[in-house]
Amino acid sequence: MTDLTKLKIAEARDMLAKGELTSRELTEAHIGAVDAMKSLNAYIVTTPDIALAQADAADAQIKAGNQKAMTGIPIGIKDLFATKGIHTQACSKILDGFKPEYESTVTQNLWDDGAVMLGKLNMDEFAMGSSNETSFYGPVKNPWRATGSNSDFVPGGSSGGSVASVAGFAAMGATASDTGGSIRQPAAFTGTFGIKPTYGRCSRYGMVAFASSLDQAGTITRDVRDGAIMLESISGFDPKDSTSVDIAVPNFEAALTGDIRGMKIGIPREYRLDGMPAEIEELWQKGIAWMKDAGAEIVDISLPHTKYALPTYYIVAPAEASSNLARYDGVKYGHRNIGDGGGLDDMYYATRGEGFGDEVKRRIMIGTYVLSAGYYDAYYLKAQKVRQLIADDFKQAFGQVDAILTPTAPSAAFAFGEKSDDPLAMYLNDVFTVPASLAGLPGSSVPAGLSADGLPLGLQVLGKAWDEETVLKVSGVIEQAAAFTAQPQEWWR
Amino acid sequence: MSDYRIQGATGDWEVVIGLEVHAQVISNAKLFSGASTEFGAEPNAQVSLVDAAMPGMLPTINGECVRQAVRTGLALGAQINKYSVFDRKNYFYADLPQGYQISQFKHPIVGPGIVTLDLDGGRTKKVGVERIHLEQDAGKSMHDQHPQFTYVDLNRSGVALMEIVSDPDMRSPEEAGAYLTKLRTILRYIGSCDGNMEQGSMRADVNVSVRKVGDPLGTRCEIKNVNSIRFVRQAIEIEASRQVDIIEAGGTIDQETRLFDPVKGETRSMRSKEEAHDYRYFPDPDLLPLEFDDAFIDAARESLPELPDDKKARFINEYGLNDYNASVLVAEKDQSDYFVSLVSALATATKKSESDVAVKASNWLTGDLFGALNKANKSIDETPVSAEQGAELLALVEDGTISGRIAKDVFEIMFDTGKGAASIVEEKGLKQVSDTGEIEKIIDEVIAANPNQLEQYRGGKDKLIGFFVGQVMKATGGKANPGMVNQLLKPKLDG
Repeated sequence: MTDLTKLKIAEARDMLAKGELTSRELTEAHIGAVDAMKSLNAYIVTTPDIALAQADAADAQIKAGNQKAMTGIPIGIKDLFATKGIHTQACSKILDGFKPEYESTVTQNLWDDGAVMLGKLNMDEFAMGSSNETSFYGPVKNPWRATGSNSDFVPGGSSGGSVASVAGFAAMGATASDTGGSIRQPAAFTGTFGIKPTYGRCSRYGMVAFASSLDQAGTITRDVRDGAIMLESISGFDPKDSTSVDIAVPNFEAALTGDIRGMKIGIPREYRLDGMPAEIEELWQKGIAWMKDAGAEIVDISLPHTKYALPTYYIVAPAEASSNLARYDGVKYGHRNIGDGGGLDDMYYATRGEGFGDEVKRRIMIGTYVLSAGYYDAYYLKAQKVRQLIADDFKQAFGQVDAILTPTAPSAAFAFGEKSDDPLAMYLNDVFTVPASLAGLPGSSVPAGLSADGLPLGLQVLGKAWDEETVLKVSGVIEQAAAFTAQPQEWWR
Repeated sequence: MSDYRIQGATGDWEVVIGLEVHAQVISNAKLFSGASTEFGAEPNAQVSLVDAAMPGMLPTINGECVRQAVRTGLALGAQINKYSVFDRKNYFYADLPQGYQISQFKHPIVGPGIVTLDLDGGRTKKVGVERIHLEQDAGKSMHDQHPQFTYVDLNRSGVALMEIVSDPDMRSPEEAGAYLTKLRTILRYIGSCDGNMEQGSMRADVNVSVRKVGDPLGTRCEIKNVNSIRFVRQAIEIEASRQVDIIEAGGTIDQETRLFDPVKGETRSMRSKEEAHDYRYFPDPDLLPLEFDDAFIDAARESLPELPDDKKARFINEYGLNDYNASVLVAEKDQSDYFVSLVSALATATKKSESDVAVKASNWLTGDLFGALNKANKSIDETPVSAEQGAELLALVEDGTISGRIAKDVFEIMFDTGKGAASIVEEKGLKQVSDTGEIEKIIDEVIAANPNQLEQYRGGKDKLIGFFVGQVMKATGGKANPGMVNQLLKPKLDG
């Protein structure tokens, strides 16, 4: 008997259709895998009873000839997505005990398509972090270890639980969210495929907000095809989200033709950083060669405002966060400490003081500062202008090219504590992912090789707005060429 | 020009007033959620997930509220902005679930407009409206439900308000009152706000400053949330005097937010400028800019009824009403609607033109019916006498069936019983006596019974004719046709 947890979504789907497999079998195998990887701390809540009930329902649907895109496929859900009646806290203490009475549109779409829920996945608190070290529930361990080493590495963030569960064969796919790179960077760190669609492609309804103008749902899967299947399932216009866009969702899987002949691939010169590890540059060059081999034309492009992207992001995102997180005040739900003194302010200080972690507090303070009277023009307003310039850079570039190829992150996964005392070093992790987030563009990270230490590295593909198909197509070609077959040793079993 | 002045020790002071009116939009649902807006529900019975600011909930604009704001702007002759932006106004309070209010800051939906005030003696004055923007209302904190805790009712949370900001154009409590009255009239006419200040669906923040006539503007104080027109007038008087006293004592006015206490008859400081919130306004990233086209505006314009100023002009020009009656009638849309029905029914009943009967109708309506309603503490929509019934009564006077005097008695019975005029006249035998023979007979009896008065009359006291008319009317129970009595009496008295 093959290990069912090693199956890809597309494979399982076809086996389910043929009756070679039941969702019950598939789900039971995954429930076992979820239990076995407890030490990784990827799942903060498991829902085996729900999973089995959904699996049985899925098997009945398949029998009745009603198989849909995700029917019977066990997946994990990032704790950012509201799941009705089930723990939803964005991994923050401030939402202690919160169980929503509603379902996020993204997860509802998945359930409507027959998916099976294994549990809620760990993440950086309110998606603020690049290493999953800011979670109230503790860090997630990367399933990957350096060759010959027993030390643990971060899985990246903020979707650390999502990537660890998929890379560690404890979910066939996982929902994730990307505000400045929270899908692509952790995907790169774990040898998984992560895709963030165009801003507005997926509804944000029921997604705990970090920075509303940047937050976008996406998926983590073990290959590009699975990403196409799952992304299509979560996409679509939703009247409950004013920023979601009423535009038809294409058949993403059909875009995976493997044919990029004649396509123009842009290589932005500003992404060549001083002090970037040689192996990252080498991987990039490899990627460029694969593109050429596949018949694409390489075009050197310039995205001149790239260096302003990080500072811009760290004004815009905290500004929105400072406002979005004001609702966590101890009045209505979640954590409350009425404090000493009996006043409303006392309750705010006590509740928010102990409900939020340090990184969240740091960003609330930054955000409050940049929106303050006297600083608004110099920071927030200027950042908005620069954001427009960054978007214009891409617009201009996409006048010449069909997709852009860059490394996903400036390094492979790092050790715990290595950057957690240095916020700026941590923020630098997102240097390649943040610009596309600011421009609202679709982007992916494809596993493309291993570092000298044997840790996964990813290449990033960026596309035009609403052109996820090209992103997927190019990603598929990289996947094919890279022939990335390495897997983490299942040391936790 | 208002000549309202505060007499200070150093001379006369002029008061400068601007008003920010918060008007609750009439709509079934809230500004950004589907929850009901009906007044008087159990606490927290009308709260959606969005209103309670549940994690991940998103606002979606209610088009009806936008339409109402545009209609209001059009009714004030204001500029309509086809592009406007919702901003977040950030501050912490227990009854503000999101921790911010969604409002419009830099780009409001409505730009400059005008309100024409109707002042005493038929004077008018134009007051500028700077802008109208749409915003969410907050919930309500209840501090009297528990010894230690405050309870919060979110029924009002998220209800749509229009904030209508005037220019500092008013110069007296009277003008401020007239502004609110007129604004409320217009809002009620077009049905964009019920104007009910007691229920809080219309509230005013009053900005007051004082200066010597001709001087530049003084420092203003903002009196928050005044909830009746009378209180607005009082608050202005009291606040202006307070400011004059301070300045004349050598002090300066601090720009601050104050509260009006109608019981103590004072305003007191709520928070100073230093304590003022830094609202950290920024565009709400959950909402797209609000954009609509000319067709939307045109449709809103077409949905507007005749506005009070136009109606008043029409009543004066077409119907020949005096300014006072016209003003009274258009002050409430229900009143002018009643009047229009009354005139139409009366014209039909008397086969006269509307302009021939309108003055009589307006006199009866503003005098008799409004007087009776006032006395009974009823509004026009609670009237027991419909416009058709009123017309029936006036028609009976018009065709001589009853006298004006009898009409007043009949009206009283109508008002008390709701019965029709004709049936009352029939039932009580109040028909006017117009039979020449019968009247002559009574005249003869009256003359015979009063020889002294007759002698005096014939001796030159011709004013005594009134006495004889009175006697004849008395003898007929008021039913004699007064015109005929006059006509028949004189020759007989003259001999």
